[in-house]
Amino acid sequence: MAYTEEELKKELETKEYEYGFYTDIESDTLPVGLNEDIIIAISKKKEEPEWMTLWRLEAFKYWKEMEEPEWANVHYKKPDFQSISYYSAPNKKPKYNSLDEVDPELLETFKKLGISVDEQKKLAGVAVDIVMDSVSVATTFKKTLAEKGIIFCSISEAIKEHPELVKKYIGSVVPKRDNFYAALNSAVFSDGSFCYIPKGVKCPMELSTYFRINQAGTGQFERTLVIADEGSYVSYLEGCTAPSRDENQLHAAVVELIALDDAEIKYSTVQNWFPGDKEGKGGVYNFVTKRGLCEKNAKISWTQVETGSAVTWKYPSCILKGDNSIGEFYSIAVTNNFQQADTGTKMIHLGKNTRSTIISKGISAGKSQNSYRGLVQVNSRAENARNFSQCDSLLMGNECGAHTFPYIEAKNKTAQIEHEATTSKIGEDQIFYCNQRGIDTEKAIALIVNGFSKEVLNKLPMEFAVEAQKLLEISLEGSVG
Amino acid sequence: MLKITDLHAGIEDKEILKGINLEVNAGEVHAIMGPNGSGKSTLSAVIAGKEEFEVTKGSVELNGEDLDEVSPEERAHKGVFLSFQYPVEIPGVSVTNFIKTAINESRKARGLEEMPANKMLKLIREKSELLDIDRRFLSRSLNEGFSGGEKKRNEIFQMAMLEPKLAILDETDSGLDIDALRIVANGVNKLKSKDNAVIVITHYQRLLEYIVPDFVHVLHNGKIVKSGGKELALELEEKGYDWLKNEAVV
Repeated sequence: MAYTEEELKKELETKEYEYGFYTDIESDTLPVGLNEDIIIAISKKKEEPEWMTLWRLEAFKYWKEMEEPEWANVHYKKPDFQSISYYSAPNKKPKYNSLDEVDPELLETFKKLGISVDEQKKLAGVAVDIVMDSVSVATTFKKTLAEKGIIFCSISEAIKEHPELVKKYIGSVVPKRDNFYAALNSAVFSDGSFCYIPKGVKCPMELSTYFRINQAGTGQFERTLVIADEGSYVSYLEGCTAPSRDENQLHAAVVELIALDDAEIKYSTVQNWFPGDKEGKGGVYNFVTKRGLCEKNAKISWTQVETGSAVTWKYPSCILKGDNSIGEFYSIAVTNNFQQADTGTKMIHLGKNTRSTIISKGISAGKSQNSYRGLVQVNSRAENARNFSQCDSLLMGNECGAHTFPYIEAKNKTAQIEHEATTSKIGEDQIFYCNQRGIDTEKAIALIVNGFSKEVLNKLPMEFAVEAQKLLEISLEGSVG
Repeated sequence: MLKITDLHAGIEDKEILKGINLEVNAGEVHAIMGPNGSGKSTLSAVIAGKEEFEVTKGSVELNGEDLDEVSPEERAHKGVFLSFQYPVEIPGVSVTNFIKTAINESRKARGLEEMPANKMLKLIREKSELLDIDRRFLSRSLNEGFSGGEKKRNEIFQMAMLEPKLAILDETDSGLDIDALRIVANGVNKLKSKDNAVIVITHYQRLLEYIVPDFVHVLHNGKIVKSGGKELALELEEKGYDWLKNEAVV
């Protein structure tokens, strides 16, 4: 039957989370609550050196004095930080040589997600460091990378094996006291990924990490550190899906990128944490701090496809410190039902001739609220800085909201800053037009949404673009028809 | 092919079509003319199955099947094509991508495999040449920033690609200059066969010089008030619609 906007709205409301399952893997979990003893216990469990323990404790000291930020356009029940367990690691913690040794139940989880390790292995050129409940359980392609001198491992391993690099760079872009969630992460981070590309090396494959949340009531505090040494290049992919949970789960990650002179980092994310059910119950709180530092002639590109989480608070940013450095931010944020997203970027121009581009596409459906918040700052010494920003919003139905909060601060007269914004709505006329050509409503919405998002989808690496496209369809029109 | 019997339809409480009877057979070209607000576009939308309009009485049958419960996309799969008076824009979706999706969805509905890419490309090349369409045009976003003429040409291009059984051209001539009109009409004529039928909806006789109808119907106030051969169109051009309005009252 043909289709009206009313029906479209109704059907979107009934869209259920497709990945709502839970894998029963034995976990080794710390008691709930947060104090110095817990932090020392986390550090001990991870066999960390003393400097790391002290670093965590210092972060905790800052955190205790900080308050949760309230400026974002999101409303939610604040988490009780004393009722969260801050550490959970899969119990069987072997070092795998092959996938056959991996817990079959875990492999089954990946299969359900449609991104099984088997499948990943077949995708030649993709090394996968899978983080499940905070601890890396499988790492592949390590040898190939090692030949080039590339280090790609869990952050825990890096703390032990490459302390000089970690010590030098951790907290250098996102300081411990940067913000409430960054401080919390610094104190309790469980695991994450570490990547170092040596001078002049082009990483021959896309590096990818999949994060999951898999333990009831477990906060997930990932820490990622990517260092691209002079003249090097790396493309890093991060993707997430999480099993369905009733209580809210907190996710407060910190990602730091360092691009030294003439280096380039591409960081792509597909995020699909559990968004809560159609009544707005449950869902992940995603409070993430992502920031990159560009030295001379360096370039950092953030590309993100955000379809999940009940509440998102996320601003992947670039500090364009070096002259001629480039920052880019390409984003698609989809919200449905009662989801709330406040996301965007900060481009801080410090060096001369620095350039930044921001393309943000927000898609809102159901009763969701989708905000773009961005800061373009040109400092007094940043001669000839350039920025171009484009923020487009697509609305479906009459009960959702799209908001744009662009902040511009220019302290140098030579700065050139452009901002464009559009808001549009998927109309019955567009859908009828597609229907008349034999395209059903579900497919029509997918087509329209993909068209709207194309500029950003095109920035994703091939294998990720396919997954992202699938996610967009699942998030919006999977239930239609 | 198409049989419309005592069709009454409207939007909300307003009745627009008040008892239409029309029969179109394969191989025929019918022209429907009439003043603004007579119900021409409503008739084409109702045939295509636009839900906004409610059929309160009567029926539309395609090859003997009542279309009442048939969705717009299913009607399309059965070979109904509507060239829109105001084609909509779909940003970011290229003409090629759109038509490829449309063709493959129709094939899927008929239990066929997707059309192989090389075959699709060949077909696109063939049909775009027929309508004098530039290759670059095909990679542009659907109808976005198109001129009036480009929009209409794109509609007929889609018609050529989909090869419908019943094509309804809703005011395809509006917004066209004489050259574009000739190209579009020429395209339609080449697509005409003994197996398909065309309904041309127009204000003016001009288009009918190029697409010559077998029958002309005059729609007024939701009813067909007069039918005739192609000479009726000329008569209308000369006399206007007023004399028919009076006739309808009588």
